[in-house]
Amino acid sequence: MNRLAYLVVIGIALPAFAQDARKSGFDFMGPDTQAMQKDDLANPGMLSVLEGEALWKANAGTSQKSCASCHDDATQSIKGVAARYPAFDETTQAPLDLAGRIIQCRTERQGAPAPQREGRELLALTSYVAHQSRDLPIAPPKDARLASTRAQGAALYSTRMGQLNFSCAQCHDDNAGGHLGAAPIPQAHPTGYPLYRLEWQALGSLQRRFRNCLSGMRAEPIAAGSKEAIALELFLMERAAGIHLETPAVRP
Amino acid sequence: MARALINVPQKSKRGEIIEIKTLMSHPMETGFRPGMDGQLIPRDIIEKFVCTYNGEVVFSAQLHPAITANPFISFTTIATDSGTLVFSWTDNKGETQVQTASIQVE
Amino acid sequence: MNTTRRQFSLLAAGASFALVAPARATPDSMKASIQAFTGGKPVKEGRVKFDISLLVENGNSVPLSVLVDSPMTKDNHVTRIGIFNEKNPLPDVAIFNLTPRSGRAQIATRMRLNDTQFITAIAEMSDGTYFSAKSEVIVTMPACVEE
Ligand code: HEC
Repeated sequence: MNRLAYLVVIGIALPAFAQDARKSGFDFMGPDTQAMQKDDLANPGMLSVLEGEALWKANAGTSQKSCASCHDDATQSIKGVAARYPAFDETTQAPLDLAGRIIQCRTERQGAPAPQREGRELLALTSYVAHQSRDLPIAPPKDARLASTRAQGAALYSTRMGQLNFSCAQCHDDNAGGHLGAAPIPQAHPTGYPLYRLEWQALGSLQRRFRNCLSGMRAEPIAAGSKEAIALELFLMERAAGIHLETPAVRP
Repeated sequence: MARALINVPQKSKRGEIIEIKTLMSHPMETGFRPGMDGQLIPRDIIEKFVCTYNGEVVFSAQLHPAITANPFISFTTIATDSGTLVFSWTDNKGETQVQTASIQVE
Repeated sequence: MNTTRRQFSLLAAGASFALVAPARATPDSMKASIQAFTGGKPVKEGRVKFDISLLVENGNSVPLSVLVDSPMTKDNHVTRIGIFNEKNPLPDVAIFNLTPRSGRAQIATRMRLNDTQFITAIAEMSDGTYFSAKSEVIVTMPACVEE
């Protein structure tokens, strides 16, 4: 059962994105949480990266091949890949997010069962892959075939939804830097995913984070891996182009 | 498949006080939290942590449900000799997970 | 004032609360726990440096560290450090067993905090004396959590 609480948002006057006023969620966190993210030996997200590394090297499925059998050393071969997703997938002729690409490799190339969205295996592999792009700038593909999906994401982002009739943009553009209750409102840049959210006490995906905001808005959840989720992700990546990746980040 | 991250300095001088950091992958389920079905999720926590240095216990801890998921413990020890540090985490069902790290002392 | 400045209120779900709230520790049950730790011996303030944030963003993971002033020799060292709280379901947090081989009486960990409250750290010395420090922590709620 939920207790309804009245939370007051006080926006701070910031013309959105004048010069480059864009900031990662990292910059909105307190010093303790920042310190936890910065120290790889204290960052709990690194446990998933470690697990992902083991999975990367382990044979899987009917092919009895590991990810490393084809991609070799991830620190070289996979570097920068996460910064370019979602991307347009030639096989399905549709946009695909990073987790979706990994599911595709698992099932079609390795002959393994499809890992569950938000499941431990997929999160571990995705965080290991995304970790190889840490400190690299987000670089969304310039692919024209993604334009309509990106536009769909942009529209979703500024559409009022749910019982509270809020849009993402109202919080993350108009009121970024202000507070929701005691929590600072960040600009919603997808810089650190999958990331360890203290609230979850676990690692989770960007699409899980969407669900949290949507539930705060009292809006219908968007299913992980759905067209809408990928559209929103694609739009946010475009909006965050050039900001550096942090995977695995830590957030409150 | 539980995993731990352990940090022991690569090389130390004899007599030096070194800091050891450990991070264990574990839900630390308190037993006070209801699951999706409204029933309390059974308690599942690490209760005991022990570090031995060449066979001798140099540090240990008893943990309660108030310790965070994926427990982080850091402590110090004096680098005496090269050898092995053994870390063990035992849960409330009595299952123990062990990891080792080697230490080089000059 | 900038015209883009806006104020609006939002009816949002706070953290989900359990229907059956588990029994909570109280300042009294914490005292009982501390009594059990010290065997009823007196506890003096001092010698313990307890480092924990005054204000935390999420009570699920609150970093803390304790440093006790002690030479850490065979004859004069800290044997245990206990952490206690007033308002979690249980008053005990953790007990750390140190040895002269620790070199320094210093530990760090992360704890859960149900609510704003005082946390106490107590050091047991090898001569059977006890020293403590306490600290108040204010816990704020994260926004937009899962249901
Ligand atoms: C009522 C205000 C509000 C609305 C509306 C809202 N969010 Fe959020 N969002 C927040 C707050 C507050 C946080 C930070 C939560 C915390 O730290 O506890 C956040 C965090 C995020 C993050 C995490 C950023 C990071 O650094 O990892 C993303 C991504 C995000 N929101 C996306 C969205 C999207 C997409 C929508 C629309 C579907 C949306 N939000 C709607 C308030 C809002």
